[in-house]
Amino acid sequence: MNKLAFKDRVLNFYRGRPLTVFGVLVLLAVVGAAGGTFLLVSIIERKHEAQNPFFRVVQLTEDTEDPAIWGKDFPMQYDDYRRTVDQVRTRYGGSEAEERTPTHADPRSVVAQSRIEEDPRLKTIWAGYAFAKDFREERGHAFMLDDQTYTERQQAAKQPGACLNCHASIEVPYTKAGGGDLMKGFEKFNQMPFAEARKLVTHPVACIDCHDPATLQLRITRPGFIEGMRALKASQGVKDYDVNRDATRQEMRSFVCGQCHVEYYFKGPEKRLVYPWQNGLKVEQILSYYDKEQFKDWSHADTGAPVLKAQHPEFELWNQGIHARSGVACADCHMPYKREGALKISDHHVRSPLLNINRACQTCHKWPESELKERAEAIQERTEKMRNLAMDALVELIGDLKAVRTANPTAGPITVAQDFQRKAQFYLDFVEAENSYGFHAPEEALRILGESINFSRKGQLALRPSPEAALQPK
Amino acid sequence: MTAEPRDASVKPPNKTTVLLGIGIALAIGATVGLGSYTFVYAKGGSYLGNDPASCANCHIMQDHLNGWIKSSHRSVATCNDCHTPAGLIPKYLTKAEHGFFHSLAFTTDKFHEPIQITERSRRVTEKACRKCHQDIVHEIDTTNSSGATISCIRCHDCVGH
Repeated sequence: MNKLAFKDRVLNFYRGRPLTVFGVLVLLAVVGAAGGTFLLVSIIERKHEAQNPFFRVVQLTEDTEDPAIWGKDFPMQYDDYRRTVDQVRTRYGGSEAEERTPTHADPRSVVAQSRIEEDPRLKTIWAGYAFAKDFREERGHAFMLDDQTYTERQQAAKQPGACLNCHASIEVPYTKAGGGDLMKGFEKFNQMPFAEARKLVTHPVACIDCHDPATLQLRITRPGFIEGMRALKASQGVKDYDVNRDATRQEMRSFVCGQCHVEYYFKGPEKRLVYPWQNGLKVEQILSYYDKEQFKDWSHADTGAPVLKAQHPEFELWNQGIHARSGVACADCHMPYKREGALKISDHHVRSPLLNINRACQTCHKWPESELKERAEAIQERTEKMRNLAMDALVELIGDLKAVRTANPTAGPITVAQDFQRKAQFYLDFVEAENSYGFHAPEEALRILGESINFSRKGQLALRPSPEAALQPK
Repeated sequence: MTAEPRDASVKPPNKTTVLLGIGIALAIGATVGLGSYTFVYAKGGSYLGNDPASCANCHIMQDHLNGWIKSSHRSVATCNDCHTPAGLIPKYLTKAEHGFFHSLAFTTDKFHEPIQITERSRRVTEKACRKCHQDIVHEIDTTNSSGATISCIRCHDCVGH
């Protein structure tokens, strides 16, 4: 009875409004068909993306210096690469955008915060060296050329063309300058004055500095790294190591970064750019190399000590850490793989992993982002505390040395204390100038800072009268 | 033989009704046809089977498939062995649920990367470990004084991929 009534009701409804019913049913079919088509098109798109990782619209050659041209073939990578103009802070790193009034000599309208104003102890430590004049927080890759061109260090001291090895896209200019020979071009550039060499380069680091234009494979283009690695491998018993021939693909994903994020010096009057790895990559091995070469960056203005300035030794410190030991490359965290549609690409927006924790860390560490961030920051906090202790100790040693020298320039223990300053300063700077605040190798960073404090205090002790002397009646 | 007398209450279909019927049939037919084509084109049938390659059809799982090929479990367990429950009906219900939500997420492009397992799927996987390793795990579970169940994949998170 009920069933019949229901059937009648439906029929009556239909008879009363046949067009409405028709309309609703067609609408349903339209929605269904549209949804189905959307899905189909989406699947087709993804399948095509997966089939063709890129479309070659321009032919890249060894002369293609401009990254915008590479960007035509690799628009996603190029788009990310251009994002290194960002200025973002993490808790302990990253740069702050500061406005400045552009001048004719320095047209920059934005710079990063000054590290020597933030922490004036650095001025004491670097007294007499160009870094005490101007030293700002590093900005992204996009600014490397401008920031080196316009730094006040250029006025404070004569900078060589060798700086451009790592402050510009240099593969093509080297090859041109060397008449087709990269190594000859390198040697020519090293000796040029900065201003002259600057005219020969156009871009900050670009595609061709890391990629072979024919195969897109990673390759090393910096002669200093090629020679440095050969010396390092020779010290480990590997003869005639050629990084472009012998390195694995995963090693290359760190080596291309290690071309520049390393400690280096300009050797001899020809200003040859050398990576001091003959004895190994650890701080004491590098210092022993400099000692043997009797190299100093400058004589300290307050103490006369023959001191060294460590540069960003990221590659060296990372090599002492757990990530390097586990085969994790620089690119795994700083350029993690990401998905664009059905494509997997390396994120060419090179930046701190702390700004990209999900892709950079969570691929291996399956913990919440907040916890991973806390763990990283805990390491950096400890490093910062220890760095501050080491810096105070060094400033105190410099103060003592200065006082003793002023009172008695020929006092016996001055040379000993100067040597301790050289050691303490290089060890401290090895962590201070390194851009991870200890994260790349936490235990090693703390060991180095601990030793630095020890050197500073030993230097101070050397300047004090011995207990026996103090007990002697005057 | 005479034709059965017509029921007087049922009117013969008028022209409107016939046109409506044809229209509806065409619309439904088109939708079903399009749907079937999409199903075949997207290799919908492969999801009913057990081949791990099917899971990478939609590209997101490619890394997981690559990992599985190198993993310790590749010769003893496929994706389904660990990611679907035992029993025909629970297995296909789970497959349907995964299929729907994975398609939705990937089509709309809204999901956390790297992808994360849901709580329900984690429980399925935990049970799957015990399907094969019950003998060993039983000892651990019973000697665990806290009473809480120990998660296998908290430590052994790389065995599958």
